[in-house]
Amino acid sequence: MPKKELETANRPDNTAFTQQRLPAWQPMLSAGIVIPGFVLIGLAFIGIGVALFITSRNITVLEMDYTGVETSSDCFKCSAGTIPNCLCNLYFTLNDTFPGQVYFYYGLTNYFQSHRKFGVSVDAYQLSGDTYYFTNPLNVCAPYQFVNGSIPIVPCGLSANSMFNDTFKLYQLVNVSKPVPLDGRGIAWWSDYNVKYRNPTTTPLKNAFNGTIKPPCWPKPAYELDLTDPSNNGLVNQDFLVWMRRAALPNFRKLYRRITGPDYASGLPPGNYTIEIAYNYPTMIFNGRKKVVLSNVSWMGGKNDFLGVAYLVVGSLCVVMSIVMLIVYATFKFPEDG
Amino acid sequence: MLRRCLNRLLGRDERRATSRTIYVGHRPCHEAEVFIPPKFCDNRIVSSKYTVWNFLPKNLFEQFRRIANFYFLIIFLVQVIVDTPTSPVTSGLPLFFVITVTAIKQGYEDWLRHKADNEVNKYLVTVLEDGKEIKTESEKIKVGDVVEVEEDETFPCDLILLKSSREDETCFVTTASLDGESNHKTHYTVPEMDKDLRSLRATIECEEPQPDLYKFVGRMDIYMDNQEPARRSLGPENLLLKGATLKNTQKIFGVAVYSGMETKMALNYQGKSQKRSAVEKSINAFLLVYLCILVSKALICTTLKYVWQTQPGQDEPWYNQKTRKDKDGNQYLKMFTDFLSFMVLFNFIIPVSMYVTVEMQKFLGSFFIAWDRDFFDPEIQEGALVNTSDLNEELGQALLFSHSSDHLAAVEYVFTDKTGTLTQNNMEFIECCIDGFQYKNKEPSYTERSSEVDGVDVTDGPVNQLQQKAGMDKEELFLRALCLCHTVQVKEQADQVDGHGGDQVDGGLGPEGFIASSPDEVALVMGAKKYGFTFLGMQSNTMRVMNRDKEVEAYQLLHVLNFDPVRRRMSVIVKSASGQIMLFCKGADSSIFPRVRQQEVDRIRMHVERNATEGYRTLCVAYKLLKNDEYDIVDAELREARLSLQDREDKLLKVYNQVETDMSLIGATAVEDRLQEEAAETMEALQGAGIKVWVLTGDKMETAKSTCYACRLFQRGTELLELTVRTLEDGERKREERLYELLQDYHKKAVQDAPPVRAGVTRNWSSSNQDYGFIIDGATLSLVLNSSTDSNSSSYKNLFLQICQNCTSVLCCRMAPLQKAQIVKLVKNSKGSPITLSIGDGANDVSMILEAHVGIGVKGKEGRQAVRNSDYAIPKLKHLKKLLLAHGHLYYVRIAHLVQYFFYKNLCFILPQFLFQFFCGYSQQPLYDAAYLTMYNICFTSMPILAYSLVEQHICMEVLQENAGLYRDIAKNAMLRWGPFLYWTLLGVYHGLLFFFGVRLLFSNSALQDNGQVFGNWSYGTIVFTILVFTVTLKLALDTRYWTWVNHFVIWGSLAFYTFFSFFWGGIIWPFLQQQRLYFVFANMLSSVVTWLVIILLILLSLLPEILLQLLRKPRGPHSRQKNPLVQPAVGVNLYPMSQARPLLMKADESNTIL
Repeated sequence: MPKKELETANRPDNTAFTQQRLPAWQPMLSAGIVIPGFVLIGLAFIGIGVALFITSRNITVLEMDYTGVETSSDCFKCSAGTIPNCLCNLYFTLNDTFPGQVYFYYGLTNYFQSHRKFGVSVDAYQLSGDTYYFTNPLNVCAPYQFVNGSIPIVPCGLSANSMFNDTFKLYQLVNVSKPVPLDGRGIAWWSDYNVKYRNPTTTPLKNAFNGTIKPPCWPKPAYELDLTDPSNNGLVNQDFLVWMRRAALPNFRKLYRRITGPDYASGLPPGNYTIEIAYNYPTMIFNGRKKVVLSNVSWMGGKNDFLGVAYLVVGSLCVVMSIVMLIVYATFKFPEDG
Repeated sequence: MLRRCLNRLLGRDERRATSRTIYVGHRPCHEAEVFIPPKFCDNRIVSSKYTVWNFLPKNLFEQFRRIANFYFLIIFLVQVIVDTPTSPVTSGLPLFFVITVTAIKQGYEDWLRHKADNEVNKYLVTVLEDGKEIKTESEKIKVGDVVEVEEDETFPCDLILLKSSREDETCFVTTASLDGESNHKTHYTVPEMDKDLRSLRATIECEEPQPDLYKFVGRMDIYMDNQEPARRSLGPENLLLKGATLKNTQKIFGVAVYSGMETKMALNYQGKSQKRSAVEKSINAFLLVYLCILVSKALICTTLKYVWQTQPGQDEPWYNQKTRKDKDGNQYLKMFTDFLSFMVLFNFIIPVSMYVTVEMQKFLGSFFIAWDRDFFDPEIQEGALVNTSDLNEELGQALLFSHSSDHLAAVEYVFTDKTGTLTQNNMEFIECCIDGFQYKNKEPSYTERSSEVDGVDVTDGPVNQLQQKAGMDKEELFLRALCLCHTVQVKEQADQVDGHGGDQVDGGLGPEGFIASSPDEVALVMGAKKYGFTFLGMQSNTMRVMNRDKEVEAYQLLHVLNFDPVRRRMSVIVKSASGQIMLFCKGADSSIFPRVRQQEVDRIRMHVERNATEGYRTLCVAYKLLKNDEYDIVDAELREARLSLQDREDKLLKVYNQVETDMSLIGATAVEDRLQEEAAETMEALQGAGIKVWVLTGDKMETAKSTCYACRLFQRGTELLELTVRTLEDGERKREERLYELLQDYHKKAVQDAPPVRAGVTRNWSSSNQDYGFIIDGATLSLVLNSSTDSNSSSYKNLFLQICQNCTSVLCCRMAPLQKAQIVKLVKNSKGSPITLSIGDGANDVSMILEAHVGIGVKGKEGRQAVRNSDYAIPKLKHLKKLLLAHGHLYYVRIAHLVQYFFYKNLCFILPQFLFQFFCGYSQQPLYDAAYLTMYNICFTSMPILAYSLVEQHICMEVLQENAGLYRDIAKNAMLRWGPFLYWTLLGVYHGLLFFFGVRLLFSNSALQDNGQVFGNWSYGTIVFTILVFTVTLKLALDTRYWTWVNHFVIWGSLAFYTFFSFFWGGIIWPFLQQQRLYFVFANMLSSVVTWLVIILLILLSLLPEILLQLLRKPRGPHSRQKNPLVQPAVGVNLYPMSQARPLLMKADESNTIL
């Protein structure tokens, strides 16, 4: 086609943009900026690092394996998985007070909650209380979609089916074993508990599950997860929610309970304790370990020395570098200061 | 592309293969014959590609023919078919977006083409049918129809001119829309034929359509009643091309010979060949590397997955049982689908958006060249032109790397034409030499002349008195020769349409009154006029000349032996009023001297050579008297050659050569061609930029050499190595031996003895380093290139190249157009495949413009062909400096950074996802949410780099222009070599590792909030992703040296958008999502103090090396120069006052001493 622009081309517009003359800020990283900047950043980092490090150091953690690999362990008897409703005890002694609000975690190792197939196998519609999906679970739930090919599983899928079902009771051994009250509320994310997961509106809750079946590995159906507290029952049971939030790494811990009660709200006093474990969850098969973890938390969450150390290292690095730069630039007379 | 090449090849072959026969007016030659109309294509122009029905399938097919699109389609299909970690949407959406946008754009363009086609096809034209004039639509014209065209109409198809309303059987046309030449061209009717078109019975036999606009061979047989058919030859002067416009002529009749898609215009409607740029090659190489990374990542993961699964309990733990389908499948098939899944998971490492961004940058970035006001030339009222027309065309294949702006950087060789490029092609008659006597025009002094534009002042009467040196006869013969031997036309006033303009002209014509294809001719005619002989114009084969006594002499023009660059001369045969038949010939000395008597040569040769050294263009004029019988033979031969259909040119050439012998030399002329504005400065800047400048010219060596000195391509200290016919002539020995000897000699001098200074590295101008200049001429070059034996040839070539590469400048004179291209090709394909740039203004430069990586056309006086075939067109040579040093440099830095950055940011995007496979049982679990995967390249990180690649100026344009040496920083594709690529890749790896393992260490205790709750895998991914987005954006911010509001807006805007989007995306239960994975993840993340701390820490740690590097690099790098406080110019102030045009080639004493 003939090119018309040849004839009609006039002088181009004189705008800052077309002439590439937009006013611009041309920053330069000069020694005058960088050295003080590095010093400031370094000092700030060291400050934060110290704070983190001290905080992390002050967090007490008590981690105990109860898989029962060793024969000496009380849980050894249960680890074979042959005894139904096997109970075992885990004893421990606190020499000092376990300060602050104590959180009770359980931990699993070599457990791939982050496996794709595992994570995909969930019916979120079911879990948001949509009863249509109670009877018609999504295909992604396979192989835990139906039992016998026709009875739908609620909640369906691998994730739900494999819910951790060991239960723990903590006793302080004074003269008699004195149960330490454990609070199961507030262990799951607020958004999960209040928005994302919902029970069907049917009352009683049990009716909504008519025609469905519990996941094969569950000892009891969803509507019986917590019979004492209707707001913690069914699909909004917080243990269930905690389980359903998949861990990122194969070695993980999940929040089980907060230790409450007037005697323990500010910490576990020194003494002997036992944890009575209803040992149901098999992990030896895949070479996994089970743990209980008692920990208090601070503003930075659980104990994690890494961050404090990293901040200290980076902070000191910055300071050191700024000193080196200062020496270099002083030697060469600040070639372009200003 | 292939098809196009094929077409071109075929088209070329067809020229010799077949011819077509056309029956004028569809009338059979003899009444008795049954007329079977031959089948030709109809006159419909179809430039559109699609119809409503085939648009979708055809367009999709075209788009998916592109390898990149196809790759993404495959990924998409794999996602659909195989059970893959990410939903098909993640790759389908970007692909769909790209495909749709491209399709819409192409659809729109095609609609425009349809409209344009319809306009042309439905145009009403008048056709003579059975003697009646019938209005019909243009598309219904058939080959053989007689068509009437009126003034200012365009020709509806290719026509043979049968009848013109002008009395001299001519018509004028402009071919502005075909080749951009806006001057009027004369076309002639078929000679001596019956003017009654109603009864005309004739056939035309002509070649099959071919795209060359300037070639046409055919003959016409006119059948009279019961007579032998009269035969007429047809040439391009009889052919009116579709697309050209009729001017100065009321109406014409013509017979259609080529119609529709077979017209020359349609055959010329084709894009230029794609030139692959250095950047593009780098991108492809990098792509290959990344593809390897991608495949090896997928392979590693697949292998490890199966190794890992062999451990007991890992393959199928009770909590993660497989479905029946998964269990049963074929093991190898499963491995393969796993591999594909990993490919899909990691495929984001090669994003669709890179192509889109690179393409957009190329497209938008080239606008800055067209927008630049410094390229605007007030004289021709035009600015620079970026030939993006093929962009539209090539986008047909979607997202091709269609433009070569990035070529502008890293140019290592500039090949420049002399005439019209280095010089103004503004010819001025300086002096002549008649019979050995010099006639110098002393009147206009140098200074005066410099102020004039058109050179000659008409009013100076006294000049008419030539110094009486040569005989009066000789003088007058010489001046008559100048007046007659040319193809100049006298321009008529625009409002005169009756064709009688010539009568009214009485010598008062202004200098613009002459039109010719070459300005030399005008200068000569003007020169003759100054000495008293005025050419008044042509009137039906009669040339009228007013002599000194104000008498009009008439000469009948019998033949014009056209000029061509191979013969380098032209002749006319005229018959004077007294019946004398004379041949006048003018041409280059080398082509005239062998054809005249030798004793005459010596007297004139001296003058010619002296004039040439002064930088003038010299032409020799010779003549010959033809006896009547001699003429008859010549006439017959010429006619016969003209009539032949096959090898017409060769035959003509033979006859020409026969005729143009035994002439007597009358004299020589010298015409000056002034240097372009700032030619020397531009050349100096180019050399300062480490670019080697080669001058390729058809001109004489002496002329070219002095131009080189004037342009400071050769300096006083430059030692010239000459390899020309003159130096080769060494009596006894053969030329070839001598050539070899010289080559060896020069090689020793320039290459072996020279200190090993590589091109592009600092070359100081001090005398310690000897500069060499190399001169070669066309004849010697062909000897070098086409040596008798192959082994010699290659060794000659190598020697030649090595010498040239060590010379600062090379001058190739006496070049034929094709040789220019040969040289460019030679250098282009030499070791290291340097980037070449050709600049020229004339048709003879087209071949080299097309051959070089970058072709630049100067909008000069020699028509528009160079401009049409160039990548860029600029009004003046001086603009080359800014184009290369500023635009080219910036453009390169921008696109190089864009490319490297794109690879980098995708590497550190995907690396954490790869590492995560080790923590999720190699299950192809994505680390990031699908929305992040999709949006990362489209929304979160694309705008800052695009803005950067459009407005970044790491050094101000003014500084770049002033310091040519800065261009060397980017020589040899410096920013896209493997070194920088490795640096960016390592940076990407470092960042990727840091992001992943930093967060991994944080997650060794996933209780990150003060309420003891734990974070899951989506929190993990979101934290990594947040660090990633901020780091790559801030990394770009660190690299940005020129913060306009655009940069601020997009950089901070992107980060804000990311934050906003994440809140939004995690703040709502999206009904269309199966899983609300990110619900509240981002908000929860931000409520954790340590997450903030780890984000800050990792961002700083990632950027720390970068900051340090910038500090360390700065004192050496070009960045320091930017601190000059003066470089920030006020908007709109032109820093460069127009410098004075160099008035003259040079001061007289400067050049004459050389030789």
